Amino acid sequence: MTVTAVLEAKGVSIRFGGLTAVCDFNLAIQPTELVGLIGPNGAGKTTVFNMLTGVYKPTEGEIRVSGVNTRTLKAFDITKLGAARTFQNIRVFKSLSLLDNVKIGGHIHYKYSWADSVLHSITFREHERQAEKEALELLSMFDLDHRAHDEAKSLPYGDQRRLEIARALAAKPKLLLLDEPAAGLNTGETTELMQQIRAIRDKFGIAVLLIEHNMELVMGICERILVLNYGKTIAHGRPEEIQRNPVVIEAYLGEAVEV
Amino acid sequence: MRNWLVRDLAGIAVISAVLVGISYFLGWIPIPGMAYYNRVIVTIGINIILAVSLNIINGHAGQFSMGHAGFMAVGAYTSAYLTYFHFQPFLATLAEGPGRFALQQALFLGALLAGGAAAGIAGWVVGLPSLRLRGDYLAIVTLGFGEIIRVLILNIDKIGGARGLSGVPAFANFFWVYFFVCIVIIVSWRLVRSQVGRAFLAVREDEIAAEAMGVNTTHYKVQAFVIGSFFAGIAGGLLGHYLVYLNPGMFQFTKSFEAIVMVVLGGMGSISGSVLAAVILTVALEGLRFVKEAFGLTSDPRMVIYAIVLILLMRLRPQGLLGNRELGDFFRRRKGGDR
Ligand SMILES: Nc1ncnc2c1ncn2[C@@H]1O[C@H](COP(=O)(O)OP(=O)(O)O)[C@@H](O)[C@H]1O
Ligand SMILES: [Mg+2]
Repeated sequence: MTVTAVLEAKGVSIRFGGLTAVCDFNLAIQPTELVGLIGPNGAGKTTVFNMLTGVYKPTEGEIRVSGVNTRTLKAFDITKLGAARTFQNIRVFKSLSLLDNVKIGGHIHYKYSWADSVLHSITFREHERQAEKEALELLSMFDLDHRAHDEAKSLPYGDQRRLEIARALAAKPKLLLLDEPAAGLNTGETTELMQQIRAIRDKFGIAVLLIEHNMELVMGICERILVLNYGKTIAHGRPEEIQRNPVVIEAYLGEAVEV
Repeated sequence: MRNWLVRDLAGIAVISAVLVGISYFLGWIPIPGMAYYNRVIVTIGINIILAVSLNIINGHAGQFSMGHAGFMAVGAYTSAYLTYFHFQPFLATLAEGPGRFALQQALFLGALLAGGAAAGIAGWVVGLPSLRLRGDYLAIVTLGFGEIIRVLILNIDKIGGARGLSGVPAFANFFWVYFFVCIVIIVSWRLVRSQVGRAFLAVREDEIAAEAMGVNTTHYKVQAFVIGSFFAGIAGGLLGHYLVYLNPGMFQFTKSFEAIVMVVLGGMGSISGSVLAAVILTVALEGLRFVKEAFGLTSDPRMVIYAIVLILLMRLRPQGLLGNRELGDFFRRRKGGDR
């Protein structure tokens, strides 16, 4: 009990009208763990993310980020606790430059006020210089630095996904939540991205929770996998166990095309 | 030490000196009807302040305020109240001379800032509850607020009521108007190139993503709204002290609409676009005066003109004259031979 889990979800459920989208969800993630959250389309994976990051409030259960109960917190407060995410349907700031996108990612680390901005005070200059440097570093990690001043919407789809990851990393999170980062990428790009996610985890020493509905993809890189189906956790364990689990195979049979 | 402050103060001194020079030059030009042109130039300046400040709210933060005239009225009456009832009588007791002149300028600046602050506070009171809600609420609430303010002023006898307040001291002039034109442009320009302005832009682009990046969206919406309202209040104060007359009818919804048309015409989010559109529209409206006389029109055709401008804009260039770029970006693009 010396290290606090970066994330702890206990008995979390959410209902939309009559539909229980997620039921009794339990998950604890330790620092630097790489965990996969898989399941067929509509299983409730994105809904779990939305609850963990404060977009939705769970109907029941408790979520702790870095040990703090997030029940009464807004999404932006949860980001401050160290959880940053990407979105399944890309949400980059389309008409802003790549550089500005990443700088906004680092928003929680700015310590100057509007008065500093208007007066161009020393604090302002120091912060801005630092922010520019860090943002360019992150962009170059994803080979996007040569387009730093272009509008985000001018990027091809795959690069927009990578920009979104760079933006989330700018928040210097303890836990990075990626919602189907490989959606829409071709096989080559996907393999590359999966390696890159692992590299990010190693380089920054952060925990990663990765949503993916294609099971094969996460097998190679995750240390632990949780499988959702119709909002229920049907399996939770090491990749080898998951792969052999008959319940999981059954759930995925309906989606044979995807595997 | 603190040389950034020294540099900014020096910048303000240079701007002031240049403006004083220009205002002497304008006063000296021996053209018949120069007084009229001067009035147009000052009107352009006031409209630039209105458009650039509304652009912070509507263009940068992506909120839709329809009550800019209301905040203008708050600033106009607050500053006029101070100068008319307190500062002017006090100044009248002093002997004429450079000392009185300097004191008058300082008191006027104080009155303008007080008017801006009152408008900013009104913006906070109106904005805080409505900005928590969905975007369209702000449009409705500010629209209502503008009317409420006008009706309120109509019924306060102390400040003239429906008769208006005549005899507002003639403190405003070319210098003060363009001084605040420079200030609002610099403030807006610097804000949008800082973390605060980037948070405004993030709110405009995608509120859910902004919150996910730790941006307290309500906080920044309110901040943009208060800053925009503050400068609307300043513009109101300048107008009153230039026309030496105030009347609730000057702050009708059409005035708010005029500012919106300027921001949209210039391109939402473009500071130079707002400036450009304020110049174009003000000159066009002055031109309209002659059209009105020539055709013997009895009513003001400006609302028809706005409608036509907006319809044409939506058809031909929905992003506005400059889109969300600045004038400088166009030159840079050409020079650099960008991709
Ligand atoms: N805001 C909402 N209102 C109603 N139903 C919702 C809402 N969000 C998600 N759902 C439902 O919850 C279920 C799980 O959706 P989702 O989490 O997006 O699945 P996944 O990400 O695993 O594909 C779906 O049936 C979806 O329709
Ligand atoms: Mg999903």
